[in-house]
Amino acid sequence: MFLQGYGPALLAGTLQTIQLALLSLLVSFVLGLIGAGAKLSSNRIVSGIATGYTTLIRGVPDLVLMLLIFFSMQIWLNDLTDWLNVDDININPFFAGVLTIGFIYGAYFTETFRGAFLAVPRGQIEAGTAFGMTRSQIFRRILFPQMMRFALPGIGNNWQVLVKATALVSIIGLADVVKAAEDAGKGTLQLFLFTMIAAGIYLAITTVSNFVLIWLERRYSMGVRKAQL
Amino acid sequence: MISMVHDYWRAFLYSDGYHFTGVAITLWLLAVSIGLGFCLSVPLAVARVSSNRFISAPVWLYTYVFRGTPLYVQLLIIYSGLYSLEAVRGQPLLNEFFKDGMHCTLLAFTLNTCAYTTEIFAGSIKSMAYGEIEAARAFGMSRFTQYRRIILPSSLRRALPYYSNEVILMLHATTVAFTATVPDILKIARDANSATYLSFQAFGIAALLYLVISFALVALFRQAERRWLAYLQPQSPATR
Repeated sequence: MFLQGYGPALLAGTLQTIQLALLSLLVSFVLGLIGAGAKLSSNRIVSGIATGYTTLIRGVPDLVLMLLIFFSMQIWLNDLTDWLNVDDININPFFAGVLTIGFIYGAYFTETFRGAFLAVPRGQIEAGTAFGMTRSQIFRRILFPQMMRFALPGIGNNWQVLVKATALVSIIGLADVVKAAEDAGKGTLQLFLFTMIAAGIYLAITTVSNFVLIWLERRYSMGVRKAQL
Repeated sequence: MISMVHDYWRAFLYSDGYHFTGVAITLWLLAVSIGLGFCLSVPLAVARVSSNRFISAPVWLYTYVFRGTPLYVQLLIIYSGLYSLEAVRGQPLLNEFFKDGMHCTLLAFTLNTCAYTTEIFAGSIKSMAYGEIEAARAFGMSRFTQYRRIILPSSLRRALPYYSNEVILMLHATTVAFTATVPDILKIARDANSATYLSFQAFGIAALLYLVISFALVALFRQAERRWLAYLQPQSPATR
């Protein structure tokens, strides 16, 4: 028997973890772009809100935020459904996890993107304007591709931290790889073996992402001249 | 909100009447793991940059494994994994150590933060200006004296901004301690939540406490940077 019959559960948990991490990455990526745009905005109120968002989120531990958002969201939703006189809606823990992790890491991505946008030389944007490009064209064709080059090391860092943060969702009851390993360990009384397997799976994920990041970095630094030492 | 603060403020800050809890425990976890992690990471960082493969490779492996896996999983391995082994429970000394959640938590936290700190310090040692080391060698300093007088003072200072980041992240990481029955801030918040069902208030107070500690640490490190990195500050002729 493959891992005393717990192999499929572990595999399902691993897939759940990867899905969760990728979807959260998507959410936080988008939030980060919006946040960076807001932080660089000349509108005081908009940039103030974005600054508040990044400061508050980065000052509070992710697990506390997860519990705070997860539990209060359900209570508020219950209040809302009571008030509207409709049946209770139970929040799907998977989507709650994605939204919470995405919301938290969006703050980290905001800082990464803000720095990267500032690193693109001003003349590039002015040149785009001189060519008569619209703002969205400038963003798509000039700002974004060059910004990615500067943002990539930061994105890689955030991704590695985000993957490791997904281990916490088992605490709010999601059936990820950690939960599967714990269940298997308790069922077979071999907690050491199965927690080690969970650690091995995370190590494999980070190792693979390292290689992907190296490849991406090479791709986005195409045409950059490096000093010969 | 008021009633929760009234009922739980003591537990949130320092004691539930029997044991130390809340902020006191969180700060204790942070201080011990950061302190031990620092002491261990300095020699490990020196080993990490060694040109001898047999010395640097084991340290690389250690930091790679501990930085590549979540702290929560590491804590699970140490707290429930190791204790489930016959070999550990059979030995009175090991049994005594791993039975206690606090010991396991401190061990896991120290090993984890030490791995990150080792990499930070090693990176900073590697970025030493070669002229300084050559000058030290020209003065006839031994390897040990070079490290003691030149390399470590300079690289530990330059690592300060990254180190402060790690300390804040470690504060945030201490929140998993409650899974090993350690009564830190988050454990009190969970108790308050399950007793009153006032989730937003319970976790909100915890979030606020962590925020205050984070800001205090940031302010502390800013002072430290002003003191020890003063020589790296850009100076304009007007302010001199």
